[in-house]
Amino acid sequence: MLHFAFLDQFRDAIDFIFNQRESISGEVQIGGLAEIGRFTAEHLLVSGIAIVAAVAVSVPIGLYLGHRGRGEFLAIGVSNVGRAVPSLALLAFFLAYLGTGVVNVTTVLFLLAVPPILTNTYVGVRQVDPDTVDAARGMGMKDTQIVGKVRLPLALPTIFAGIRLSAVAVLATATIAPLADVRTLGEPIISPQIYGDAGQIGAAIVVALLTLAADAGIGGLQRAVTPKGLKLAAEAKGPRRRRFALTMPTRRERTI
Amino acid sequence: MSLVEALAVPLAQVEIQERSGESCVAENGFCPEWIADNFDRYVTPFSEHVYLTVVSVGVGFIIAFTLALIAHRRQWLISPIAGVTGVLYTIPSLAAFFLLQPITGRGNLTAIVALVAYTLLILFRNMMTGLAGVSPDAKDAARGMGLTERQMLWRVELPLATPEILAGLRIATTTTIGLATLAFFAGGGGLGAQIDAQIFFKSNVVVAGGLAVLLAAVFDVLILGAQRLATPWQRAQPA
Repeated sequence: MLHFAFLDQFRDAIDFIFNQRESISGEVQIGGLAEIGRFTAEHLLVSGIAIVAAVAVSVPIGLYLGHRGRGEFLAIGVSNVGRAVPSLALLAFFLAYLGTGVVNVTTVLFLLAVPPILTNTYVGVRQVDPDTVDAARGMGMKDTQIVGKVRLPLALPTIFAGIRLSAVAVLATATIAPLADVRTLGEPIISPQIYGDAGQIGAAIVVALLTLAADAGIGGLQRAVTPKGLKLAAEAKGPRRRRFALTMPTRRERTI
Repeated sequence: MSLVEALAVPLAQVEIQERSGESCVAENGFCPEWIADNFDRYVTPFSEHVYLTVVSVGVGFIIAFTLALIAHRRQWLISPIAGVTGVLYTIPSLAAFFLLQPITGRGNLTAIVALVAYTLLILFRNMMTGLAGVSPDAKDAARGMGLTERQMLWRVELPLATPEILAGLRIATTTTIGLATLAFFAGGGGLGAQIDAQIFFKSNVVVAGGLAVLLAAVFDVLILGAQRLATPWQRAQPA
Protein backbone atom coordinates (compact mmCIF):
# COMPACT_ATOMS: atom_id res chain seq x y z
CA MET A 1 0.00 0.00 0.00
CA LEU A 2 1.25 3.43 -0.85
CA HIS A 3 2.10 5.36 2.26
CA PHE A 4 2.22 9.14 2.17
CA ALA A 5 3.95 9.64 5.50
CA PHE A 6 5.96 12.49 4.02
CA LEU A 7 2.80 14.53 3.60
CA ASP A 8 2.30 14.43 7.36
CA GLN A 9 5.81 15.80 7.79
CA PHE A 10 5.06 18.71 5.47
CA ARG A 11 1.78 19.32 7.28
CA ASP A 12 3.64 19.39 10.59
CA ALA A 13 6.23 21.78 9.10
CA ILE A 14 3.53 24.18 7.93
CA ASP A 15 1.90 23.97 11.34
CA PHE A 16 5.27 24.95 12.83
CA ILE A 17 5.29 28.11 10.70
CA PHE A 18 1.83 29.24 11.81
CA ASN A 19 1.43 27.93 15.35
CA GLN A 20 3.64 28.16 18.39
CA ARG A 21 4.57 24.90 20.07
CA GLU A 22 6.81 23.58 22.83
CA SER A 23 10.44 22.90 21.91
CA ILE A 24 11.76 19.34 21.60
CA SER A 25 13.37 19.55 25.03
CA GLY A 26 10.36 21.33 26.48
CA GLU A 27 10.44 24.56 28.50
CA VAL A 28 10.53 27.12 25.67
CA GLN A 29 7.93 28.02 23.09
CA ILE A 30 9.12 27.86 19.49
CA GLY A 31 7.76 28.40 16.00
CA GLY A 32 4.65 30.30 15.08
CA LEU A 33 4.35 33.42 12.97
CA ALA A 34 5.90 35.69 15.62
CA GLU A 35 9.19 33.80 15.82
CA ILE A 36 9.32 33.03 12.09
CA GLY A 37 8.65 36.73 11.51
CA ARG A 38 11.60 37.70 13.71
CA PHE A 39 13.90 35.26 11.88
CA THR A 40 12.64 36.50 8.52
CA ALA A 41 13.23 40.14 9.48
CA GLU A 42 16.80 39.38 10.57
CA HIS A 43 17.32 37.32 7.41
CA LEU A 44 16.11 40.15 5.19
CA LEU A 45 18.06 42.76 7.14
CA VAL A 46 21.52 41.20 6.77
CA SER A 47 20.78 40.14 3.18
CA GLY A 48 19.35 43.52 2.21
CA ILE A 49 22.27 45.51 3.57
CA ALA A 50 24.74 43.19 1.83
CA ILE A 51 22.97 43.39 -1.54
CA VAL A 52 22.46 47.17 -1.47
CA ALA A 53 26.09 47.71 -0.47
CA ALA A 54 27.26 45.32 -3.21
CA VAL A 55 25.20 47.17 -5.82
CA ALA A 56 26.50 50.54 -4.59
CA VAL A 57 30.11 49.35 -4.90
CA SER A 58 30.02 47.02 -7.93
CA VAL A 59 27.88 48.94 -10.41
CA PRO A 60 30.05 52.11 -10.49
CA ILE A 61 33.24 50.04 -10.74
CA GLY A 62 31.72 47.87 -13.48
CA LEU A 63 30.50 50.94 -15.37
CA TYR A 64 33.90 52.58 -15.17
CA LEU A 65 35.88 49.50 -16.19
CA GLY A 66 33.40 48.63 -18.92
CA HIS A 67 33.34 52.13 -20.35
CA ARG A 68 37.13 52.35 -20.38
CA GLY A 69 37.44 48.78 -21.60
CA ARG A 70 39.93 48.14 -18.84
CA GLY A 71 40.32 45.47 -16.19
CA GLU A 72 38.55 42.67 -18.03
CA PHE A 73 40.71 40.20 -16.16
CA LEU A 74 39.53 41.60 -12.83
CA ALA A 75 35.88 42.05 -13.79
CA ILE A 76 35.50 38.54 -15.20
CA GLY A 77 38.01 36.77 -12.96
CA VAL A 78 36.34 37.93 -9.76
CA SER A 79 33.30 35.82 -10.68
CA ASN A 80 35.35 32.72 -11.36
CA VAL A 81 37.16 33.06 -8.06
CA GLY A 82 33.92 33.89 -6.27
CA ARG A 83 32.30 30.73 -7.53
CA ALA A 84 35.23 28.60 -6.44
CA VAL A 85 35.17 29.77 -2.81
CA PRO A 86 32.36 27.93 -0.98
CA SER A 87 30.16 30.27 1.06
CA LEU A 88 30.51 28.01 4.10
CA ALA A 89 34.30 28.18 3.82
CA LEU A 90 34.20 31.97 3.56
CA LEU A 91 31.92 32.25 6.59
CA ALA A 92 34.06 29.81 8.56
CA PHE A 93 37.18 31.76 7.65
CA PHE A 94 35.60 34.96 8.98
CA LEU A 95 34.42 33.19 12.13
CA ALA A 96 37.80 31.70 12.92
CA TYR A 97 39.79 34.85 12.21
CA LEU A 98 37.40 37.72 13.02
CA GLY A 99 34.68 36.21 15.20
CA THR A 100 30.90 36.03 15.16
CA GLY A 101 28.29 38.74 14.81
CA VAL A 102 26.12 40.69 12.41
CA VAL A 103 28.96 42.77 10.96
CA ASN A 104 31.02 39.75 9.95
CA VAL A 105 28.05 37.91 8.51
CA THR A 106 27.01 40.96 6.49
CA THR A 107 30.57 41.34 5.23
CA VAL A 108 30.63 37.71 4.08
CA LEU A 109 27.30 38.17 2.28
CA PHE A 110 28.59 41.40 0.72
CA LEU A 111 31.69 39.61 -0.59
CA LEU A 112 29.46 36.91 -2.09
CA ALA A 113 27.20 39.49 -3.72
CA VAL A 114 29.91 41.57 -5.43
CA PRO A 115 31.22 39.21 -8.17
CA PRO A 116 28.01 38.51 -10.15
CA ILE A 117 27.00 42.20 -10.11
CA LEU A 118 30.47 43.44 -11.06
CA THR A 119 30.89 40.91 -13.86
CA ASN A 120 27.41 41.44 -15.27
CA THR A 121 27.76 45.22 -15.17
CA TYR A 122 31.06 44.99 -17.00
CA VAL A 123 29.72 42.54 -19.60
CA GLY A 124 26.50 44.54 -20.02
CA VAL A 125 28.41 47.76 -20.64
CA ARG A 126 30.82 46.09 -23.06
CA GLN A 127 27.92 44.59 -25.00
CA VAL A 128 26.54 48.01 -25.87
CA ASP A 129 26.90 48.50 -29.62
CA PRO A 130 30.01 50.68 -30.27
CA ASP A 131 28.04 52.45 -33.02
CA THR A 132 25.51 53.59 -30.45
CA VAL A 133 28.30 55.01 -28.29
CA ASP A 134 29.81 56.69 -31.36
CA ALA A 135 26.44 58.24 -32.19
CA ALA A 136 26.15 59.56 -28.64
CA ARG A 137 29.62 61.06 -28.89
CA GLY A 138 28.72 62.58 -32.24
CA MET A 139 25.74 64.25 -30.60
CA GLY A 140 28.22 65.95 -28.29
CA MET A 141 27.70 63.87 -25.15
CA LYS A 142 30.45 63.85 -22.54
CA ASP A 143 31.82 60.62 -21.08
CA THR A 144 29.67 60.90 -17.97
CA GLN A 145 26.58 61.44 -20.11
CA ILE A 146 27.45 58.51 -22.35
CA VAL A 147 27.79 56.25 -19.31
CA GLY A 148 24.69 57.58 -17.57
CA LYS A 149 22.33 58.05 -20.50
CA VAL A 150 23.46 55.40 -22.98
CA ARG A 151 25.56 52.62 -21.50
CA LEU A 152 23.77 52.26 -18.16
CA PRO A 153 20.21 52.06 -19.54
CA LEU A 154 21.26 49.62 -22.25
CA ALA A 155 23.15 47.47 -19.73
CA LEU A 156 20.35 47.47 -17.15
CA PRO A 157 18.87 44.08 -18.07
CA THR A 158 22.27 42.40 -17.69
CA ILE A 159 23.04 44.30 -14.48
CA PHE A 160 19.71 43.22 -13.00
CA ALA A 161 20.36 39.64 -14.01
CA GLY A 162 23.55 39.91 -11.91
CA ILE A 163 21.67 41.44 -8.98
CA ARG A 164 19.19 38.55 -9.13
CA LEU A 165 22.01 36.01 -9.04
CA SER A 166 23.57 37.81 -6.09
CA ALA A 167 20.30 38.17 -4.20
CA VAL A 168 19.53 34.48 -4.56
CA ALA A 169 23.02 33.52 -3.41
CA VAL A 170 22.92 35.94 -0.47
CA LEU A 171 19.48 34.83 0.75
CA ALA A 172 20.63 31.22 0.49
CA THR A 173 23.83 31.86 2.41
CA ALA A 174 22.12 33.95 5.10
CA THR A 175 20.61 30.62 6.12
CA ILE A 176 23.92 29.49 7.63
CA ALA A 177 24.32 32.78 9.54
CA PRO A 178 23.24 31.19 12.87
CA LEU A 179 26.66 29.48 12.84
CA ALA A 180 27.89 33.03 13.56
CA ASP A 181 25.20 33.73 16.17
CA VAL A 182 22.99 35.75 13.86
CA ARG A 183 19.48 34.42 14.24
CA THR A 184 18.17 34.24 10.68
CA LEU A 185 15.77 31.67 9.24
CA GLY A 186 18.61 29.18 9.47
CA GLU A 187 18.21 29.03 13.25
CA PRO A 188 15.71 26.13 13.19
CA ILE A 189 17.88 24.41 10.56
CA ILE A 190 21.08 24.71 12.60
CA SER A 191 19.44 23.70 15.91
CA PRO A 192 17.37 20.58 15.25
CA GLN A 193 17.74 19.57 18.90
CA ILE A 194 15.40 22.44 19.77
CA TYR A 195 13.28 22.83 16.66
CA GLY A 196 13.08 19.25 15.40
CA ASP A 197 12.24 18.06 11.88
CA ALA A 198 9.18 20.28 11.64
CA GLY A 199 11.28 23.35 12.41
CA GLN A 200 13.96 22.40 9.87
CA ILE A 201 11.49 21.70 7.10
CA GLY A 202 9.31 24.68 8.03
CA ALA A 203 12.27 27.05 7.89
CA ALA A 204 13.37 25.50 4.59
CA ILE A 205 9.91 26.21 3.14
CA VAL A 206 10.09 29.86 4.23
CA VAL A 207 13.64 30.26 2.87
CA ALA A 208 12.62 28.75 -0.48
CA LEU A 209 9.55 30.97 -0.77
CA LEU A 210 11.53 34.05 0.27
CA THR A 211 14.17 33.38 -2.40
CA LEU A 212 11.62 32.75 -5.13
CA ALA A 213 9.76 35.93 -4.13
CA ALA A 214 12.97 38.00 -4.14
CA ASP A 215 13.89 36.60 -7.55
CA ALA A 216 10.47 37.46 -8.95
CA GLY A 217 10.49 40.86 -7.22
CA ILE A 218 13.84 41.88 -8.70
CA GLY A 219 12.61 40.58 -12.06
CA GLY A 220 9.63 42.92 -11.76
CA LEU A 221 11.89 45.81 -10.78
CA GLN A 222 14.03 45.01 -13.79
CA ARG A 223 11.01 45.29 -16.10
CA ALA A 224 9.99 48.53 -14.42
CA VAL A 225 13.35 50.25 -14.94
CA THR A 226 14.11 48.92 -18.43
CA PRO A 227 13.69 51.84 -20.85
CA LYS A 228 10.56 51.57 -22.95
CA GLY A 229 12.45 51.81 -26.21
CA LEU A 230 14.61 48.88 -25.24
CA LYS A 231 11.57 46.70 -24.59
CA LEU A 232 10.15 47.56 -28.00
CA ALA A 233 13.49 46.86 -29.65
CA ALA A 234 13.73 43.51 -27.88
CA GLU A 235 10.24 42.54 -29.03
CA ALA A 236 11.06 43.48 -32.58
CA LYS A 237 14.37 41.63 -32.67
CA GLY A 238 13.36 38.57 -30.69
CA PRO A 239 15.56 37.06 -27.98
CA ARG A 240 19.20 37.96 -28.31
CA ARG A 241 21.84 35.35 -27.72
CA ARG A 242 24.60 35.97 -25.23
CA ARG A 243 28.10 35.62 -26.54
CA PHE A 244 29.74 35.54 -23.16
CA ALA A 245 29.88 31.90 -22.20
CA LEU A 246 31.69 32.28 -18.92
CA THR A 247 29.11 34.52 -17.33
CA MET A 248 26.20 32.77 -15.78
CA PRO A 249 23.49 32.19 -18.34
CA THR A 250 20.62 34.40 -17.32
CA ARG A 251 16.94 34.69 -17.86
CA ARG A 252 17.46 38.09 -19.40
CA GLU A 253 15.88 37.14 -22.72
CA ARG A 254 12.75 35.95 -21.01
CA THR A 255 12.36 38.89 -18.71
CA ILE A 256 13.08 41.88 -20.93
CA MET B 1 44.65 48.73 19.91
CA SER B 2 47.86 50.60 19.23
CA LEU B 3 50.07 49.77 16.30
CA VAL B 4 52.71 48.21 18.51
CA GLU B 5 50.15 45.98 20.17
CA ALA B 6 48.61 45.07 16.83
CA LEU B 7 52.00 43.88 15.62
CA ALA B 8 52.94 42.22 18.86
CA VAL B 9 49.96 39.88 18.96
CA PRO B 10 50.67 38.03 15.70
CA LEU B 11 54.39 38.04 16.50
CA ALA B 12 53.68 36.42 19.83
CA GLN B 13 51.65 33.79 18.04
CA VAL B 14 54.49 33.07 15.66
CA GLU B 15 56.84 32.58 18.59
CA ILE B 16 54.46 30.20 20.28
CA GLN B 17 54.03 28.27 17.06
CA GLU B 18 57.76 27.84 16.77
CA ARG B 19 58.12 26.61 20.30
CA SER B 20 55.50 23.93 20.20
CA GLY B 21 52.62 22.75 18.03
CA GLU B 22 50.40 22.03 21.03
CA SER B 23 50.26 25.55 22.34
CA CYS B 24 49.67 26.77 18.79
CA VAL B 25 46.49 24.71 18.74
CA ALA B 26 45.55 25.95 22.19
CA GLU B 27 46.09 29.53 21.02
CA ASN B 28 43.99 28.84 17.93
CA GLY B 29 46.72 29.86 15.52
CA PHE B 30 47.50 28.65 12.04
CA CYS B 31 49.55 25.54 12.80
CA PRO B 32 51.42 23.78 9.97
CA GLU B 33 52.60 21.10 12.40
CA TRP B 34 49.08 20.26 13.46
CA ILE B 35 47.98 20.16 9.83
CA ALA B 36 50.78 17.79 8.89
CA ASP B 37 49.95 15.52 11.84
CA ASN B 38 46.20 15.57 11.27
CA PHE B 39 45.96 15.51 7.50
CA ASP B 40 44.41 12.02 7.66
CA ARG B 41 41.14 13.40 8.92
CA TYR B 42 40.59 15.29 5.67
CA VAL B 43 40.99 12.29 3.38
CA THR B 44 37.50 10.82 3.85
CA PRO B 45 35.61 14.15 3.67
CA PHE B 46 37.64 15.04 0.58
CA SER B 47 36.78 11.81 -1.22
CA GLU B 48 33.13 12.18 -0.20
CA HIS B 49 33.24 15.66 -1.68
CA VAL B 50 34.70 14.39 -4.96
CA TYR B 51 32.06 11.66 -5.07
CA LEU B 52 29.18 14.10 -4.48
CA THR B 53 30.51 16.46 -7.15
CA VAL B 54 31.20 13.85 -9.83
CA VAL B 55 27.91 12.00 -9.37
CA SER B 56 25.78 15.17 -9.16
CA VAL B 57 27.37 16.89 -12.14
CA GLY B 58 27.42 13.62 -14.12
CA VAL B 59 23.73 12.90 -13.55
CA GLY B 60 22.88 16.56 -14.08
CA PHE B 61 24.77 16.56 -17.38
CA ILE B 62 22.95 13.46 -18.64
CA ILE B 63 19.53 14.93 -17.74
CA ALA B 64 20.32 18.39 -19.13
CA PHE B 65 21.77 16.88 -22.32
CA THR B 66 18.64 14.78 -22.86
CA LEU B 67 16.45 17.84 -22.27
CA ALA B 68 18.60 19.90 -24.64
CA LEU B 69 18.34 17.30 -27.43
CA ILE B 70 14.56 17.20 -27.02
CA ALA B 71 14.25 21.00 -26.88
CA HIS B 72 16.51 21.33 -29.93
CA ARG B 73 13.94 19.38 -31.95
CA ARG B 74 10.90 21.02 -30.38
CA GLN B 75 11.86 24.64 -29.79
CA TRP B 76 8.60 25.48 -27.98
CA LEU B 77 9.85 23.34 -25.08
CA ILE B 78 12.81 25.67 -24.38
CA SER B 79 10.76 28.17 -22.37
CA PRO B 80 8.97 25.70 -20.09
CA ILE B 81 12.19 23.72 -19.44
CA ALA B 82 14.12 26.92 -18.71
CA GLY B 83 11.29 28.00 -16.39
CA VAL B 84 11.20 24.78 -14.37
CA THR B 85 14.98 24.45 -14.12
CA GLY B 86 15.05 28.17 -13.24
CA VAL B 87 12.85 27.56 -10.21
CA LEU B 88 15.00 24.57 -9.19
CA TYR B 89 18.06 26.80 -9.53
CA THR B 90 16.56 29.57 -7.44
CA ILE B 91 15.54 27.39 -4.49
CA PRO B 92 18.61 27.37 -2.22
CA SER B 93 20.10 23.90 -2.08
CA LEU B 94 20.27 24.13 1.71
CA ALA B 95 16.48 24.52 1.73
CA ALA B 96 16.13 21.77 -0.86
CA PHE B 97 18.04 19.37 1.41
CA PHE B 98 15.33 19.70 4.04
CA LEU B 99 12.40 19.87 1.63
CA LEU B 100 13.54 16.54 0.19
CA GLN B 101 14.21 14.92 3.53
CA PRO B 102 10.64 13.63 4.13
CA ILE B 103 10.74 11.98 0.69
CA THR B 104 14.29 10.71 0.24
CA GLY B 105 15.43 10.57 3.88
CA ARG B 106 18.81 11.65 5.22
CA GLY B 107 21.96 10.84 3.30
CA ASN B 108 23.76 10.93 -0.01
CA LEU B 109 20.63 10.52 -2.12
CA THR B 110 19.03 13.71 -0.79
CA ALA B 111 22.24 15.66 -1.25
CA ILE B 112 22.73 14.41 -4.79
CA VAL B 113 19.11 15.04 -5.88
CA ALA B 114 19.32 18.65 -4.63
CA LEU B 115 22.72 19.25 -6.25
CA VAL B 116 21.57 17.73 -9.56
CA ALA B 117 18.50 19.98 -9.54
CA TYR B 118 20.78 22.97 -9.08
CA THR B 119 23.06 22.14 -12.06
CA LEU B 120 20.25 21.68 -14.62
CA LEU B 121 19.62 25.33 -15.48
CA ILE B 122 23.32 26.15 -15.93
CA LEU B 123 23.98 23.12 -18.13
CA PHE B 124 20.75 23.37 -20.14
CA ARG B 125 21.12 27.08 -20.88
CA ASN B 126 24.68 26.74 -22.10
CA MET B 127 23.79 23.73 -24.27
CA MET B 128 20.93 25.66 -25.90
CA THR B 129 23.10 28.76 -26.35
CA GLY B 130 25.83 26.62 -27.91
CA LEU B 131 23.45 24.86 -30.30
CA ALA B 132 21.75 28.12 -31.28
CA GLY B 133 25.14 29.72 -31.95
CA VAL B 134 26.10 27.26 -34.69
CA SER B 135 26.37 29.28 -37.87
CA PRO B 136 23.65 28.64 -40.46
CA ASP B 137 26.38 28.40 -43.10
CA ALA B 138 27.91 25.39 -41.38
CA LYS B 139 24.50 23.75 -41.27
CA ASP B 140 23.90 24.56 -44.93
CA ALA B 141 27.23 23.04 -45.86
CA ALA B 142 26.38 19.93 -43.85
CA ARG B 143 23.04 19.65 -45.57
CA GLY B 144 24.72 20.14 -48.92
CA MET B 145 27.07 17.27 -48.15
CA GLY B 146 24.00 15.09 -47.68
CA LEU B 147 23.99 14.76 -43.90
CA THR B 148 20.71 13.79 -42.28
CA GLU B 149 19.34 15.84 -39.38
CA ARG B 150 20.69 13.31 -36.90
CA GLN B 151 24.13 13.18 -38.53
CA MET B 152 24.22 16.96 -38.62
CA LEU B 153 23.43 17.15 -34.90
CA TRP B 154 26.18 14.76 -33.85
CA ARG B 155 28.85 15.63 -36.43
CA VAL B 156 28.37 19.38 -36.89
CA GLU B 157 26.16 21.09 -34.33
CA LEU B 158 27.28 19.38 -31.12
CA PRO B 159 31.02 19.61 -31.93
CA LEU B 160 30.65 23.31 -32.73
CA ALA B 161 28.64 23.85 -29.54
CA THR B 162 31.26 22.06 -27.41
CA PRO B 163 33.06 25.17 -26.09
CA GLU B 164 29.81 26.63 -24.82
CA ILE B 165 28.61 23.29 -23.39
CA LEU B 166 31.90 22.77 -21.57
CA ALA B 167 31.85 26.35 -20.28
CA GLY B 168 28.52 25.43 -18.70
CA LEU B 169 30.04 22.25 -17.31
CA ARG B 170 32.83 24.27 -15.70
CA ILE B 171 30.40 26.68 -14.04
CA ALA B 172 28.20 23.79 -12.88
CA THR B 173 31.16 21.86 -11.47
CA THR B 174 32.65 24.79 -9.55
CA THR B 175 29.25 25.77 -8.20
CA THR B 176 28.50 22.19 -7.15
CA ILE B 177 31.80 21.91 -5.30
CA GLY B 178 30.82 25.02 -3.36
CA LEU B 179 27.31 23.82 -2.61
CA ALA B 180 28.52 20.33 -1.67
CA THR B 181 30.13 21.93 1.39
CA LEU B 182 26.54 22.21 2.68
CA ALA B 183 25.71 18.58 1.86
CA PHE B 184 26.45 17.52 5.43
CA PHE B 185 23.15 19.15 6.41
CA ALA B 186 21.49 16.47 4.31
CA GLY B 187 23.71 13.75 5.80
CA GLY B 188 25.92 13.64 2.73
CA GLY B 189 29.29 14.30 4.40
CA GLY B 190 31.94 16.14 2.43
CA LEU B 191 34.42 18.84 3.38
CA GLY B 192 31.64 20.97 4.88
CA ALA B 193 31.21 18.47 7.69
CA GLN B 194 34.87 18.92 8.53
CA ILE B 195 34.58 22.73 8.42
CA ASP B 196 31.52 22.60 10.68
CA ALA B 197 33.15 20.17 13.12
CA GLN B 198 35.73 22.80 14.21
CA ILE B 199 34.44 26.00 12.67
CA PHE B 200 36.36 28.30 15.05
CA PHE B 201 39.71 26.52 14.62
CA LYS B 202 41.78 28.50 12.12
CA SER B 203 43.99 25.65 10.90
CA ASN B 204 40.99 23.42 10.28
CA VAL B 205 38.99 26.07 8.46
CA VAL B 206 41.90 26.99 6.20
CA VAL B 207 42.71 23.39 5.28
CA ALA B 208 39.13 22.19 4.72
CA GLY B 209 38.12 25.36 2.85
CA GLY B 210 41.39 25.39 0.95
CA LEU B 211 40.87 21.80 -0.21
CA ALA B 212 37.44 22.76 -1.59
CA VAL B 213 38.93 25.69 -3.52
CA LEU B 214 41.78 23.48 -4.74
CA LEU B 215 39.29 20.85 -5.90
CA ALA B 216 37.37 23.49 -7.85
CA ALA B 217 40.57 24.73 -9.48
CA VAL B 218 41.69 21.20 -10.43
CA PHE B 219 38.33 20.29 -11.98
CA ASP B 220 38.29 23.59 -13.84
CA VAL B 221 41.71 22.94 -15.36
CA LEU B 222 40.77 19.33 -16.22
CA ILE B 223 37.61 20.39 -18.08
CA LEU B 224 39.51 23.17 -19.85
CA GLY B 225 42.11 20.60 -20.92
CA ALA B 226 39.36 18.28 -22.16
CA GLN B 227 37.89 21.15 -24.13
CA ARG B 228 41.20 21.83 -25.87
CA LEU B 229 41.53 18.15 -26.77
CA ALA B 230 37.93 17.95 -28.00
CA THR B 231 38.09 21.06 -30.17
CA PRO B 232 41.40 20.88 -32.07
CA TRP B 233 40.12 23.31 -34.73
CA GLN B 234 39.93 26.09 -32.16
CA ARG B 235 43.68 26.04 -31.69
CA ALA B 236 44.26 26.57 -35.40
CA GLN B 237 42.49 29.94 -35.38
CA PRO B 238 43.11 31.85 -32.19
CA ALA B 239 40.26 34.24 -31.47
